[in-house]
Formats: sequence, C-alpha cells, structure tokens
Amino acid sequence: MTALQRLFKFNGGVKPAYNKEASTRLPIAVAPTPTLLVIPLHQSIGGMPRPLVKPGERVLKGQRIGGADGNVSSAVHASTSGTVIAVEMRLMPHTSGLSAMCVVIEPDGRDEWIPHGPFDFRNASPTQIHDYLRDSGVVGLGGAVFPSYLKLNPEKQRNLDTLVLNGAECEPYITCDDVLMRERAATILQGALVMRDMLGAGQVLIGIEDNKPEAIAAMEAAAHAVKTAVGESSVKVVSVPTLYPAGGAKQLIRVLTGIEVPHGKRSTDYGVQCFNVGTAYAIFEAIALGQPLISRIVTVAGNVGQPRNFEVLLGTPMRDLIALCGPLPDSDRVIMGGPMMGLRMPDDSVPVVKAANCVLVGSSDLFPPPPPEMPCIRCGECAKACPADLQPFELYWFARAKIFGKAQEYDLFDCIECGCCAYVCPSHIPLVDYYRFAKSEIWARELAKVSSDEARERYEFRMLREEREKQDHAAKLAAKAVARREKAAAAKTDAAKVATTPEQDEKKALIAAALERVRAQKEQIQPENTINLTPEQVAEVAAIETRRAEIREMAKPHVWQDD
Amino acid sequence: MNNSPYFLKPASVQSVMLRVLVALLPGIAAYVWFFGAAILLQIALASVAALAAEALMLALRGKPLMLFLTDGSALVTAWLIALSFPSIAPWWLTVLGTLLAIIVAKHLYGGLGQNPFNPAMVAFALMIVAYPQLMSQWPAAGATDFAGQWQAIFGARPLDAISMATPLDALRTALHTADAKASVAGVLGSNPAVGVVGGKGWEWVAAGYLAGGLWLLQQRIISWHMPTAFLAALCAIAGVFSLIDNTQFAGPLFHLFTGGTMLGAFFIVTDPVSGTTTPKGKLIFAAGVAALTWIIRTFGAYPDGIAFAVLLMNIGAPLIDLYTQPPVFGHKDKRGDSR
Repeated sequence: MTALQRLFKFNGGVKPAYNKEASTRLPIAVAPTPTLLVIPLHQSIGGMPRPLVKPGERVLKGQRIGGADGNVSSAVHASTSGTVIAVEMRLMPHTSGLSAMCVVIEPDGRDEWIPHGPFDFRNASPTQIHDYLRDSGVVGLGGAVFPSYLKLNPEKQRNLDTLVLNGAECEPYITCDDVLMRERAATILQGALVMRDMLGAGQVLIGIEDNKPEAIAAMEAAAHAVKTAVGESSVKVVSVPTLYPAGGAKQLIRVLTGIEVPHGKRSTDYGVQCFNVGTAYAIFEAIALGQPLISRIVTVAGNVGQPRNFEVLLGTPMRDLIALCGPLPDSDRVIMGGPMMGLRMPDDSVPVVKAANCVLVGSSDLFPPPPPEMPCIRCGECAKACPADLQPFELYWFARAKIFGKAQEYDLFDCIECGCCAYVCPSHIPLVDYYRFAKSEIWARELAKVSSDEARERYEFRMLREEREKQDHAAKLAAKAVARREKAAAAKTDAAKVATTPEQDEKKALIAAALERVRAQKEQIQPENTINLTPEQVAEVAAIETRRAEIREMAKPHVWQDD
Repeated sequence: MNNSPYFLKPASVQSVMLRVLVALLPGIAAYVWFFGAAILLQIALASVAALAAEALMLALRGKPLMLFLTDGSALVTAWLIALSFPSIAPWWLTVLGTLLAIIVAKHLYGGLGQNPFNPAMVAFALMIVAYPQLMSQWPAAGATDFAGQWQAIFGARPLDAISMATPLDALRTALHTADAKASVAGVLGSNPAVGVVGGKGWEWVAAGYLAGGLWLLQQRIISWHMPTAFLAALCAIAGVFSLIDNTQFAGPLFHLFTGGTMLGAFFIVTDPVSGTTTPKGKLIFAAGVAALTWIIRTFGAYPDGIAFAVLLMNIGAPLIDLYTQPPVFGHKDKRGDSR
C-alpha cells in the first residue's frame, strides 16, 4: 500500500489550468429527484438495449427498463419508482443534436426499490457473473462507458498481473472521482477487491494524480484498513505526476507499469486491466448490495456560483442540476465532460447519462472563441505535446488535403482526441476537428466499400446464376423440342389432316408447359424458415413481430417534431 | 461555436516571431558597437520593404491584411536578410533581396507556412550570385562612422573605401590563389580583420547571437536538436581536417565564430517551415547543413556557405522527415521504417 512504486513517463502531455478546487470545497450532495426522468436506452458502447416497459406501466427503483441486446450491450434501469409516461425519441446528450429512444418516467416520490440483494459471485459460474453484471448495467464511468462485464470475464483473462484503478482524473474542472475517493474510499476498495478476485489479478494499483492529496490520503487509509483487518496487502495507492492526459487508460497503464498498449490491442494481452474508481464503486454496489447502476457522481462546474459534486439519478435533466449551483447570467453553453475533451450539448434539457462525469457550464468569457486560425508553421509544438507520439501537423496536412490513406499510414487511428495538440497550437488550428473529420470520412468510405463489395458480389453471383439457369433451361427446351418433333412427325404420318402447322403446335405445347411450371412454382413459394416450427417458436415469432411493430410505431416521425 | 478543446494555451505565431526578433537583439547590439549604426538602417530598409511586399501580396491573394501583417513573420525574414547581407551594401541590394524573399520565396509558394525554401537564404543566394562583388564588401571592425556608411549605402561613395575582406574570404582567397607557402596560420596571423578566435568584432556579434539563441532554447521556441547538431558537426568536420593538415584547414573555433555560423545555428537552420520536423530528422538536417557549409567555405567560390547549404538541405527535408518518423505509442519495438 505504500507508494514506493517505480513510475514511468509517457511523452507529451500538457498542463492546463486545473480549476478543480472550487468544486471540492463542499461534500457530495444528493441531487433532488426531478419531476421527470428521461432515461436514454443507449448509454454504453455497443448495441441499443430493447425497451422492456410500456407507457402507463408502473416501475420500481432499480427495475430493468432496457434489456441488453447483442454481445456488447448493457442494461438500463429505472432510477426511481414511478410511472412510465412515454417510450419515445428524445434529444440526446450529444453535440449532433440527434434524438434516440428514451424511457420517460414520472417519479411517484416513494422511491420504492425493486427487491434486491447481494450476488454471491464466488459461487457463480462465469456465465452467471457475465449475465448478472450485464443486467446490472455497470459500465465504465470514466467517460468511455464500455460495458464492465466484458472486461471482467475471468475465462478470457487468465494470468492477469495487475488491476489498475484509475483515479487520475486529469481533465480540468472534473472532481467527481476526487470527491468519491475522499468520501467513499472503503467502498471503492471493496469494489476493486471484488474485481481483483473476479479477474484473479495479482496486484491492485490505484493511480491518482498528485494534485489530489486528500484523495490519496483517503485511499491509503482505506488500503491500510483492509491490510490490518484481513491482511490484504496487494493494494498499492500510487501518486502519479499531474500531467494531462495521465488519466487516459493507456497513459496511466504506461505510467504505472511501463507497458505501452498499442492501438487495437487489449491491455489484458499485456496482463493489465484498467477500471475507473467510479466503476469500482458501482461494481461494489451491484455485487454486494444488488443495486444496479441508477445514479452517478457528477461535477457541476464552470460558470456557476457554487460548483459542487452531486449524486445524480440517471435521467435527471442537466438543467435541474445546473439550477442547484446558480448558473451565472452570461452562461451560453453546457458541456458534458471537461474542457479538453467534453461534448457541447445541444441544449440544457438533455439528461445526465452514465457517461456524464461533469456538467460544465460555459460562457464566452470562460471559454473565449479561439483567435483566428493561422496557417501551420510546422513548429512541432503539437508533436511535443502528443501523448500518442504522433506527428499531429502531418495528420493535419493529410486530413486537410483529404489524403486519407496517408493519414492512416501516419497512424491517425492511434489519436485519442485528447486535444493536447490543439491546446498548444500557436496557429490556433482546431486540429482535433480535422482528425474527427478524417476518421469519420474513412469510416464512411470503408462502410461504403464493404457494402459496394457485397453488392457487386451479389450482382455477380446473380448474373452467374441467371446464366446457368438460362443454359439449363435452353438445354431442357431443346431436349423437349426434339422429343416433340419426333412425336409430331409420328403423328403427321398417322393423321391425314393437319389442323395446325407443326411450328404452331409446338409453340402451344411450350406455352402450356411454361404456364404449368409457373403455377407449380407459385404453390411452392412460402418463406422456408417458417415452415415446420414448433408452437413455442411460432409464439416467439409473433412476439417479435409485435415488438417490431411497437418500435416502428414509437419511431414514427411525429415524436421527432417535439425537438 | 467550436468543439473541444474549449480553451487554448496563450500562444500565437505572433509571439513566436516576436521572441525570435527579441533574441536577435544582443547580436544586433554587438554589431552596432563594432561596426556602426549602418546595420540599423539596413534593418529598417528591409523591414519596410518586407512589410510593403507582404501587404501587396496579401492584397493580391485576397488574404486578411492585418492578421498576417502583424504575425511578425515578414519582419523575421527582413531582419535575417539585413543581418546576413553586408551592412554597407547599397540600399537597393537589401531592398531587392527582401522583395524577392517575400514575393517569390514566400508568397508565390503559398505564403506563411508553405515555403519549401528559407526565404532569407533565397535572397542571400540570389544576390550573391547576381552581385558577388557587392555582397562581399564587409565593414571593418571599428569603422563606425555613420556618415560614411550612409554615403556608401546611398551610393555617394565607393564601397571599397570603408570595406575589407572578412577572415573567411581572406583565407579562401589566400589558400586558393596564393603560392604553396600560404598556410592558415600565416594568412590569419597577419590579417588585421582577425580577432581572438574569429573575425575581429564578428566574434562578439556571434556571441550575441549565441546568447539570443540560448534564450530561444530556454523559451522552447527552438529545440536543442538543430543548433547542437549543426555546431557539433561543423566542429567535428573542421576539427578532423585541421588535425590532418592545419596549414590548409582552419580549426573548429575559427569556423564557429566566423561568418554566419551562430546566426545560422540558432536562427536560420532552425526555421521550422522549410526544415525537418522529426527529432532524428532535425539532427540529420542540421548536420547536413554543417557539412555542406564547411565544404563550400573550404572549396567553394563564395565567402560563406550557409545559404547554399540550407537551401540544398531544404530540398531534402521532406525525404528526411519521411524516413525518420518517430515510432508512435505502443509501436516502439516493432516499427522499422516501412513507410
């Protein structure tokens, strides 16, 4: 538990003004339940969960309202008890201003829990753990919202040396992890130990930037407590130098272990797994208390009278939260996350979601518009600041010239969009915007290429098949014609009178035969995969069809007009 | 409204350029002290010409005037031209060089950030090829009579009256043309233009550039790679050859403190736009400039070789960058250079 740990460095990084003190002066407050909760179904990386409730239905606190769909997806839950008043498209907390499916709940004020209890993971099979965590909706709370159950699969991750707990919290203004560690260190540690046991990891390293001495002290005290209580000595609290973006998972793993996890590789391939401290807290609540993820700590900071951290029910409109802190009159924007990587919200009505570590209120004084963009003078400041060791100005030239192949050769996709390059650029070039543009263009082109390749293959196969069928058909016809001609010739010699010419006769016979074939084919046409079904399967098909119809109904354009 | 990041470090092209100008001041002060105020006149001439040419080209190209005129880049080019040209050269030589630098070498290639060649060095190379005689008339140390310099600059008095050959020039001429008896020690020992280690007075100007350059390093405007590689390579090459034959080849200290070595090391080789950008590339680029400089100084027909050396290496800069890309995070062990 002592901090006697060899530390490593990553290249680059910047030291912006941190502005963290203001929101750590007061303890975490519980934000009041709003009059309306808007809970987006899609709050994690991966598949969109399917709605499990209908308008009018009463739900309990912690009740699953969205079921995980697909291999990568995580459940969502009602944050309090109440009535579902709509399942409809609502504005998302994303810069795009797009809408997505949400469950809208009117709280009844009783805050009545669904029956729940601890989950005995030690006597559960890996599949049970997997399903339980998926259904408790725990995802990475550092901002990436990757479903945690996928990272806690002991089957796949043998020989894990180190569990890294990320308490670095390097983004300016954000202090939700800081205050959580100060106030709930023991719970975080219990969660970390649960994860350690699930993964069979050797040691737990808790990395915290050295600008959070209170959090470090609290975590060290908690580590000391478990050591004296149960002799647990695998936990080390490590103070790491304050340098943005030390809280990036790859950067923190590098600082703590010296391992550089390349783009496209998993840290577990190198014996390391990394979780945010908030995630460890959520894991503890899910396992030890049986409580799914229905709230999180959110920092409200920036252009407000009293910045503070709140424990917020997921689905609470950001507007309600900001109102608690006294927004200053010149506020003109809401940012989810920090000033380096945060997303600008389309308006302040959007709900707090699992990814929302911070609601940052901005004004043109606090975040002035960038000075006019100048040409790149290749000064190399961006390359010095890049924590991924990229040459950002080269990527900028390629993105600007739309030479996307070259951009990829220069490892565009290793860019973590931390914003260091744009932060230091003396020409004030919005570099990260150029990389976002290039990445999305490349993705769009690859999608287009895949679909056009598929279309071409389908087309070529169809041409081949049609050609083959034509040939078969012609061969058959030829054989038949030969037979008929022989028959007709025989008949001609028999009969004295001929009503029609042999050619006409032949045609008629051919037409009749063709009609007969068409009729036979029509009778046969039926979706093949729905024949010979068991009654259960038939019922399931019917259920799916109704659900599809409901979703179609819900997604109809009239609800879009609300936006 | 912009996307993340929402706040920026207070940095600007203007502040970078202004600090480069400030870093030139110690050298300029020494220049004035030893060689009179003519250099200030030349700086003023070059500055006015550069700003006028810049304004004209910006207007023609439909670019915002004030934004680019105040960025300081034209002034840096102008000052470097004034400092690398003889301070008693006729006014039109400086003005013509500056116009060529700004109009041809900078704006015809696309303006700030786009020029493949160092504009000041383009000016120097063009002028020394076109007017070799005028570009070789340097003031003598102690000849600080401003009235005489004014007359020389504005054409009322022949240049030779107040000029003398620089040590580099004297050495080259003596070794190339004189009989076999000429040796480095012989030529330099008897030359009144030679000071303690370099040219008389010039060594102090060089010391001024060195001081300004070190300040630029401290300000992180330039990185250590280029000046170090340039000076070290020049030292090494000069050292090896003077060890082989010290009668024919001048030693490292002489090379460091004569001609444009210090100005080149900290202010010219380090131009980010036309140079290399990768750490390894910077070392190769600067060492290449040093080698070419030494070769041109020793065997060439011109008194100093930095301008040609820089321009030649400018041509190679994109290729050097291509082959010296540093490995990215996580690829450090496997990355050969397959690009």
